Amino acid sequence: MSITDFLTDLLNPDLAFLPKALAIAVMSSIVCGVVGCYVVLRGMAFIGDAVAHAVFPGIAVAFVLQGSLVLGGAVAGVATALLIAIFAQNRRVKEDSIIGVFLVGAFALGIVIISQAPGYAGSLQQFLFGSITGIPDRDLYLVGGAGLVILGLVLALHKEFVAVCLDREMSRSMGLAVFWLDIVLYVLVTLAVVISLQTIGNILVLALLITPAAAARLLTDRLGVMMLLAPVIGGASATVGLYLSWSYDTPVGGTIVLVATAIFLAAWLIAPRHGLLTKRWRRPSGQEPTDVTRPMPLSDLAHPQDPSLPVR
Amino acid sequence: MRALEVDQLDVDLGGRPVLRDICLHLDRGELVGLLGPNGAGKTTLLRAILALTRTRAGRVLVEGKPSRPGRSEIGYVPQRHEFTWDFPISVEHAVMSGRTGRLGLLRRPGVADWRAVGDALDRVHLTELRRRPVGELSGGQRQRVLVARALALAPRILLLDEPFTGLDMPTQELLGQLFTSLAGEDHAVLMTTHDLVAAVDTCTRLVLLNGRIIADGHPADLQDAELWTKTFGVSETSPLLKLVRAT
Repeated sequence: MSITDFLTDLLNPDLAFLPKALAIAVMSSIVCGVVGCYVVLRGMAFIGDAVAHAVFPGIAVAFVLQGSLVLGGAVAGVATALLIAIFAQNRRVKEDSIIGVFLVGAFALGIVIISQAPGYAGSLQQFLFGSITGIPDRDLYLVGGAGLVILGLVLALHKEFVAVCLDREMSRSMGLAVFWLDIVLYVLVTLAVVISLQTIGNILVLALLITPAAAARLLTDRLGVMMLLAPVIGGASATVGLYLSWSYDTPVGGTIVLVATAIFLAAWLIAPRHGLLTKRWRRPSGQEPTDVTRPMPLSDLAHPQDPSLPVR
Repeated sequence: MRALEVDQLDVDLGGRPVLRDICLHLDRGELVGLLGPNGAGKTTLLRAILALTRTRAGRVLVEGKPSRPGRSEIGYVPQRHEFTWDFPISVEHAVMSGRTGRLGLLRRPGVADWRAVGDALDRVHLTELRRRPVGELSGGQRQRVLVARALALAPRILLLDEPFTGLDMPTQELLGQLFTSLAGEDHAVLMTTHDLVAAVDTCTRLVLLNGRIIADGHPADLQDAELWTKTFGVSETSPLLKLVRAT
């Protein structure tokens, strides 16, 4: 299918679900891209995974009660995030074990609950792998609103999140409420996951959180640039993925994730400074900038390095 | 008024006594080395001074007032491994992160904040490298970033945790000179260290700690071998004692 056909389908009133799916996929991948930067930089991918699974019982309850899936998932996800944060205060069992316990426990609860609903097999697949049909208009506004709230909170608390990420001990000594900042970050990750579930599905949503941010990290050494690149990569993956999924009749969640994964691999190979191929190409031509690879003297206090050399 | 006064401090960790009856004071212009074996409670004492750990008894006064987190009179330089060095951030922004608590919620750094960061970078001779990502710095440069981050609050007291660990001799020497000149600029500096040679060389006073304070005095007054065997639990023939006698 050509791009023009795709655009025609997007505008076709009989296919009203398509633009809605595109809007939700793009909005959620932008939000996930931004929040995912903290997840990647703090090495909390496992927490993202846990939260993604933990929203399942909430969705199951919402499905059984015919309520809003987004809302149900959010409540269950936030509850689990709080439980993990509280239980992780006990130092006898490490945080990753706590996360493992709640991740699987919550998912099991979801499976038991949804088995009570008649005809659950079909809906189960929809939860796990995502779908572009059957998105109510209400969810469109919910996702948009939640996305704005998440991005607003990120903007407001950015310097605190960075400080905690850099050095928890120092942050405590500065009087920052490290525990509460952790809770807020967990909740933001949860909400980003929940609003993405609809199109991507429960299993694959982690990719939206991690892959664009990880690709962006490969491409830059500057946090600000990374936090702009990640949502761009996420949004592009969602758009291209939906187009390919619509053209070739492939599962939408899987296709979006594969596009994002392809971008990550490309970044890994051809990133400007650290890419695998970039380094190889540069070496024979002898054009490798000296400022990057030159070993730095341990004691340069007496001999400061030449400031005129560009760092990147 | 003393810059720092620790009075009969007891600290327990996990139900076990870690520090007992700690009395320690610090004046401006002093560079005090806190020496002791692993597990002696050096870092715990620094955390107690910063009010980051619960104390069982006693009190800590900073410029005459009880210590609490967020007071800008104290600049804290934690061990280097506490910092996430692979974070994509430049030297100057890493130093600015030291002012996060002072700035408060929803406020962005202004001209005064950037000036404070610039002064701190000048002080540790990192101005030329201020735009470099922290991940590309050497060990000595990283230590200086952490010192600059503490100085960005213009504190009067500096607490340094193991600043020399893992650094080669020339780098230690340069850092030692930096700490000496900071003390000379009316800061009170307290640093924990394992490095006896560097401590004896740079500090105006040494405190030997092992759960309690074993000795507190000028390096030249701490020649008694028993103090050192008691602090470090080593035998009379330990090379440590040869080192003490040699210094």
